[in-house]
Amino acid sequence: MTEVERHNYDVVVIGAGGAGLRAVIEARQRGLSVAVVCKSLFGKAHTVMAEGGCAASMGNANSHDNWQVHFRDTMRGGKFLNNWRMAELHAKEAPDRVWELETYGALFDRTADGRISQRNFGGHTYPRLAHVGDRTGLELIRTMQQKIVSLQQEDHRRYGDYEAKLKVFAECTVTELVKEDGRVAGAFGYWRESGRFVLFETPAVVLATGGIGKSFKVTSNSWEYTGDGHALALRAGAGLINMEFVQFHPTGMVWPPSVKGILVTEGVRGDGGVLKNAEGERFMFRYIPDVFKGQYADSEEEADRWYTDQEGNRRTPDLLPRDEVARAINTEVKEGRGSPHGGMFLDIASRLPTEEIRKRLPSMYHQFRELADVDITAEPMEVGPTCHYVMGGIEVDPDTAASTVPGLFAAGECSGGMHGSNRLGGNSLSDLLVFGRRAGLGAAEYVESLDARPSVSEADVTAGATHALAPFDGPDDGGGEENPYTLHTELQQTMNELVGIIRKADEIEKAIDRLAEIRGRIRRVTVEGNRQYNPGWHLAVDLRNMLLVSECVARAALRRTESRGGHTRDDFPQLDAQWRNRLLVCAAADDQPVPAVDVEVKEQPPMRRDLLELFELSELEKYYTEDELAGHPERTA
Amino acid sequence: MASPAGTSPADSPTPARASIAPRTLRTDRWWLQPLLTTLGLATFVVYATVRSFMRTDYWAAEHHYLTPFYSPCLSDSCVAGSSHFGTPIGELPGFIPLAFLSLPFLLGFRLTCYYYRKAYYRSIWMAPPACAVGEPHERYTGETRLPLILQNVHRYFFYVALVITLINTYDAILAFGGENGFGIGLGNVVLLLNVVLLWCYTLSCHSCRHVTGGRLKHFSRNPVRYRIWTQVSKLNTRHMEFAWLTLGTLVLTDLYVWLVSSGAIADLRFIN
Amino acid sequence: MAYPAKLRVWRGDATSGELQDFEVEANEGEVVLDLIHRLQATQTPDLAVRWNCKAGKCGSCSAEVNGRPRLLCMTRMSIFDEDEIITVTPMRTFPVIRDLVPDVSYNYEKAREIPSFTPPEGLEPGEYRMQQVDVERSQEFRKCIECFLCQDTCHVIRDHEENKEAFAGPRYLMRVAELEMHPLDVADRVDAVQDAQGLGYCNITKCCTEVCPESIHITDNALIPMKERVADRRYDPIVWLGNKIFKRNGA
Repeated sequence: MTEVERHNYDVVVIGAGGAGLRAVIEARQRGLSVAVVCKSLFGKAHTVMAEGGCAASMGNANSHDNWQVHFRDTMRGGKFLNNWRMAELHAKEAPDRVWELETYGALFDRTADGRISQRNFGGHTYPRLAHVGDRTGLELIRTMQQKIVSLQQEDHRRYGDYEAKLKVFAECTVTELVKEDGRVAGAFGYWRESGRFVLFETPAVVLATGGIGKSFKVTSNSWEYTGDGHALALRAGAGLINMEFVQFHPTGMVWPPSVKGILVTEGVRGDGGVLKNAEGERFMFRYIPDVFKGQYADSEEEADRWYTDQEGNRRTPDLLPRDEVARAINTEVKEGRGSPHGGMFLDIASRLPTEEIRKRLPSMYHQFRELADVDITAEPMEVGPTCHYVMGGIEVDPDTAASTVPGLFAAGECSGGMHGSNRLGGNSLSDLLVFGRRAGLGAAEYVESLDARPSVSEADVTAGATHALAPFDGPDDGGGEENPYTLHTELQQTMNELVGIIRKADEIEKAIDRLAEIRGRIRRVTVEGNRQYNPGWHLAVDLRNMLLVSECVARAALRRTESRGGHTRDDFPQLDAQWRNRLLVCAAADDQPVPAVDVEVKEQPPMRRDLLELFELSELEKYYTEDELAGHPERTA
Repeated sequence: MASPAGTSPADSPTPARASIAPRTLRTDRWWLQPLLTTLGLATFVVYATVRSFMRTDYWAAEHHYLTPFYSPCLSDSCVAGSSHFGTPIGELPGFIPLAFLSLPFLLGFRLTCYYYRKAYYRSIWMAPPACAVGEPHERYTGETRLPLILQNVHRYFFYVALVITLINTYDAILAFGGENGFGIGLGNVVLLLNVVLLWCYTLSCHSCRHVTGGRLKHFSRNPVRYRIWTQVSKLNTRHMEFAWLTLGTLVLTDLYVWLVSSGAIADLRFIN
Repeated sequence: MAYPAKLRVWRGDATSGELQDFEVEANEGEVVLDLIHRLQATQTPDLAVRWNCKAGKCGSCSAEVNGRPRLLCMTRMSIFDEDEIITVTPMRTFPVIRDLVPDVSYNYEKAREIPSFTPPEGLEPGEYRMQQVDVERSQEFRKCIECFLCQDTCHVIRDHEENKEAFAGPRYLMRVAELEMHPLDVADRVDAVQDAQGLGYCNITKCCTEVCPESIHITDNALIPMKERVADRRYDPIVWLGNKIFKRNGA
């Protein structure tokens, strides 16, 4: 029998980023016992990297703002492919979630009358992002981390043990979800520190594992972003939707090479920074797409006036949604107007006084000074697109965050649907809070509704252990061994070059072939050393997940023959209304440990009428087919 | 208690630090800073002690320059003219410095000053000699018990230091009127510079920062104190510089008065 | 351009360990963490190192480079001579797990001992009003990325393991200061910071401030103000008397 440390919890949350922590808080406050499992130390999750802010239509900076406007912005940003119910819940609940953070001790920047200050961001009609300088994500994580500590202190007062009902399992990787009769029964994994196995017996698992960026070479994501939750859900029988939509943030650092991809916050542009090409031209004015014509300034003068007078002027195209800006930069560089290191210039130095820049963008100032020897108050930054966020993820019920597998829930970046084909900046932090809470609630209600708890079979535990340890054994046929680091690099290169920001059918096909080859070689991965804190082994385990999600991305990207949001096909450059309500669902095709994946088309339910009526017909006509709009009141009237 | 947050349970080997023998792996000249600090402080202490007990050449009678080391001079032992506040006290025996009322407080102010504490804890007491360099002591209790818990009285030394700085200012102003009436010489500039820097040092004190506004929870409800706090905070960031500059100007001022008073040099006069 | 850098890395665990020499290629613009990663990928696949964001924002890759506590991702190779031996060791103050990875659980235990944020009763979400000038002091402390370099460098626990029980370390004394200066917090931690968190052990030698990668003025803005608040409460008869007479409640 495999030696395994066992724990019993009502709810196990995998991932300690914003969504995970919010789910933990909710489930614990409902009285359940909760474990949170994370690959890093507690409080290091990737959410800390979020800079700009958290979108919520509190209307503090502009009283015209409300949830309807936020909902419209979100749907537009996602090119109307979003799960409209999620977008609705998100827009309605975000303000409450932000205010709630203040009761946990968060300290956002303030307006003159003492309320939460809100800043401009790409795609948002009004200043909407609650923020703390440019370290908003850190504030969210720290606030919720400290809230969890305070819940533990309450438990300590009641039970004499801080960890009586809520425990953090840090530096612990979950490798398997265990089911009984189709329902979640537990989660199996190992301590990174000792390599010893651990089994969580639990009827409900909330996945909050974040994204997949580590499958790409140039990315703003950390090593943790290996698509673990995506892969776990896929292997447990849930579907992944929208995987072809990967957001490339327009402004990542491009130099020096070792930091290529690290994020430069959109807040730079929100606060007045502008993009320029090597000729000094503010090129974004040439890239306003038809669907946004009329909503953005068409002269530099108007754009500059907008920063101070937003009622009388239209916003600068520097703040178009991220997909548009990333494509524009890509084109400019391709056409030979790039900066010395192959990016564009982002200039804030000539736009704001030194003091103001250091006050508003302290971590950007620090980041460029420390890592690139660039003083952003004196010279422009060099920036270029970097893989930032995956819109796709686990298909969930909007209200409960439940996946199609009973007992399995998902929230945050690893869930899909909310952002459609492209996420607006600032909508990620609000997404975490809104759906993290709903996932915690959904899991709690599910657990409370159970008559009996499923149990974990010994066979599943043994299988999990065998699967996890496979990399130590080497190839079973005695053939050549593979190095996990080399394979990882090849996978990243494949995805970056062939399924990157601009895609073509033949390139994607090539990528699929290469991924198939990598799939064969992953079986041969062999690691040295023992199980104690062995990064080679950790990578070997994560690599399988990266392969699975990469295959989903590539296959879905090949299938979708149009360009929309975070999916741009060179061979199908136009938005195609026929594709608008069609989702691509990626699912496991067999029950192997690393299953083959299939992509199927699924129709999205039509938007509720009262929501549809929030849009003008003329706007909907840009996205919808004639048939879909036949019943629109402006048509029937 | 349950197993520590964020780690695996306790059956791993007994927790121990990494076995690294040298007390530091620093490759820079980390010992230079504490050495210079010790030399600097020692020089001042020796000079100040010698001068405080000399009882000569502290008053340049012609230009009314009084060295701060003898201010206020309140006893009958003081030379004529140097007692700006009268001589309520009789003759003092030679082992008591003439400025016995101010010197202990000035010493106390600097001894309990948050900057000097850092400086001598590091350089003289070597706790620690430099960052990430092992200290030589077996045990360490910091300022938790006597005598070091007395460092907490710093604010009272600060209040007294304020008064003494006022007195020094008064001395410096009086020095504009010498035996021949109003005049300005290099000595005035030196005295004035010293006094200005003494004010900078005194007002940049951490206790000052606390009492003027630091202890408030809501700056917004006390706009005036907030403004003062903001200014004091700006000075406070340079408290260390002022601490050293004033040691320098104190010695310089005293030396200048000594040289002029003993006739070794003549005061350079600008006006009268 | 590219050159072979000389790296000396501590390898081992709680039972034993030693410094080992390696030669690793270094390229323009790289940081020490890049070289550690290259070492992992080419020579020592099981070399343990903790890291995450690689942009100085998460505070995971704390270690000591040439004896100085630093973030590996923010230590640029250009600050060293090409023929200089660069020694990388784990943080010394904490027990080692393996190679460059220490067990930092001490910090999480100390975090739990500080009374949490306590808002005024009856204040509903959405009703919080705070002025920017009132939140700025605490905001500075909330920049903390919990890299624990200040804890590592603090001689109170670095040189005296036995003090760990009584002393919470600069990071958590600063956390107390943050809550004490929070405009809407109503709890009182002044006595606790002296008795439970051990503020008196701090002798303000400022090493915490020197190593802070976020340039937080830990000593001047957090520790000394807390010492002054403790002095108000415990060591200042006049303030004590004033409070008795005027029933001031901290403005």
